[in-house]
Amino acid sequence: MSDNLVQIRDLSFTYGDRMVLQGINLNARRGQVVAIMGNSGCGKTTLMRLIGGQVRPSAGQILVDGISVGALELHELYDLRRRMGMLFQFGALFTDMTVYDNVAFQLREHTDLSEPMIRDLVLMKLQAVGLRGAQDLMPSELSGGMARRVALARAVALDPMLMMYDEPFAGLDPISLGVIGNLIRRLTDTLGMTSLVVTHDIQESLKIVDYVYFISEGVIEAEGTPAEIKASGLPYVHQFVHGEMDGPVPFHYPSPTYLTDLGLTQ
Amino acid sequence: MMEGLAHGLRKLGARVVDAVWRLGMASRFLVLTLIYSGTSFRRFQLVIKEVFNSGVLSLIIILVSGLFVGMVLGLQGYETLQTYGSEEALGVLVALSLVRELGPVVAALLFASRAGSAITAEIGLMKATEQLSALEMMALNPIARVIAPRFWGAVISMPMLAAMFSAMGVFGGYLVGVVLLGVDEGAFWSQMQAAVDFRDDIVNGIIKSAVFGVAITLIALFEGYDAPPTAEGVSRATTRTVVTSSLAILALDFVLTSFMFRGVG
Repeated sequence: MSDNLVQIRDLSFTYGDRMVLQGINLNARRGQVVAIMGNSGCGKTTLMRLIGGQVRPSAGQILVDGISVGALELHELYDLRRRMGMLFQFGALFTDMTVYDNVAFQLREHTDLSEPMIRDLVLMKLQAVGLRGAQDLMPSELSGGMARRVALARAVALDPMLMMYDEPFAGLDPISLGVIGNLIRRLTDTLGMTSLVVTHDIQESLKIVDYVYFISEGVIEAEGTPAEIKASGLPYVHQFVHGEMDGPVPFHYPSPTYLTDLGLTQ
Repeated sequence: MMEGLAHGLRKLGARVVDAVWRLGMASRFLVLTLIYSGTSFRRFQLVIKEVFNSGVLSLIIILVSGLFVGMVLGLQGYETLQTYGSEEALGVLVALSLVRELGPVVAALLFASRAGSAITAEIGLMKATEQLSALEMMALNPIARVIAPRFWGAVISMPMLAAMFSAMGVFGGYLVGVVLLGVDEGAFWSQMQAAVDFRDDIVNGIIKSAVFGVAITLIALFEGYDAPPTAEGVSRATTRTVVTSSLAILALDFVLTSFMFRGVG
């Protein structure tokens, strides 16, 4: 058994004529929280969809627990996905079900457990995210942070080996932000999972992750532990970590010079 | 001049290709829905829930419209029949108009705007809020779990709604013709009973409404599933569902009628 739960080798992905990802090499060790960072539209969400098998790579290989995701038949892919969980950006809770039914959903669909057993498991997961008291609410009655915690409880209902999080910090208040960050770390440790966090929230994620990959324009620009990243001298990483306005990622959208646009030069 | 013409032709060509392509995608979608219908029948409560959403929730609009359409038929029919002194045939006129044409067609048009638009909006929003992706990541096929139950729920509901529309319409015709205008009650019912044929009129009406049900539901589900995952995309898809399925109902009605009622009666 390899130490790495996720291994990505020379992965490329093109969408139409556009090269979205190119030559990606990435490992996620078992039990670790690994962050994939980059600015919006850099291809990090696509990378997660590739790992989940929702899209297939144009070249290269993705191994999850030693299984090559891109080569699977649909039913094999579904078998693998039962051992994966995913937290979507805004939770993606089923809006016609209560919180309880959302968390119970996978248990009812994929197992033959009795209702009392399912109830115990659902309450355990809801307790872990602190929302046992909200079990009868509908998703429309939850705040953004609460919805994401319910979605987290739903995603880990079957105790997956791999959890993926799509922008788990986007649009949250500071308290919810800390809560979600802590939950990711705690659940990863207590459930023995491996976590992949796709995010652009540098400050929050550096507190909880073990390793970071930086993606820019579809290639990995930098990688390292949080301490290495903070100390990095690479211009792109420096700009990202310090939130600087201008740098390798320019402030201005490509354009002719200002003077030319104003008609002040020939 | 030539350039403008070529440009117009190119645009027309692109539109035709696009339309044919979407038709192909919709056919493929229908085949997939049928292939993955197993879950719907193994767990029939999924379908029952959709019969409630599409059928039961459309009941009010169907029943009230049926009553009014029947009452108008009663009034108009009485006016014309009275000229020839054959008011007793009012029952036949009302019943045949409803069972053969107005029942299936008007009920289907109402169903498209009430249930069809709701289905498109729901599926479109499920896609926009990543609920369909979430299902996929939970190793569940969205077509089997979300699309197929809605398909069968709506297809089962449609003929029943059309039948209720017709029954309500006949009652409306009775109210206006017999109770209000004084047509002989015995003649109203007995002539109706003698003239309406079970095979040629009622069964054909049911077949029509079943075909409309399949068309509306397929269009509604496909538009929702195919909608761009944005507010604008979902709203456009909902509009397209109502427009396309209304046109499909009327066109299919002509085709079906021309096969069914050639030389009958």
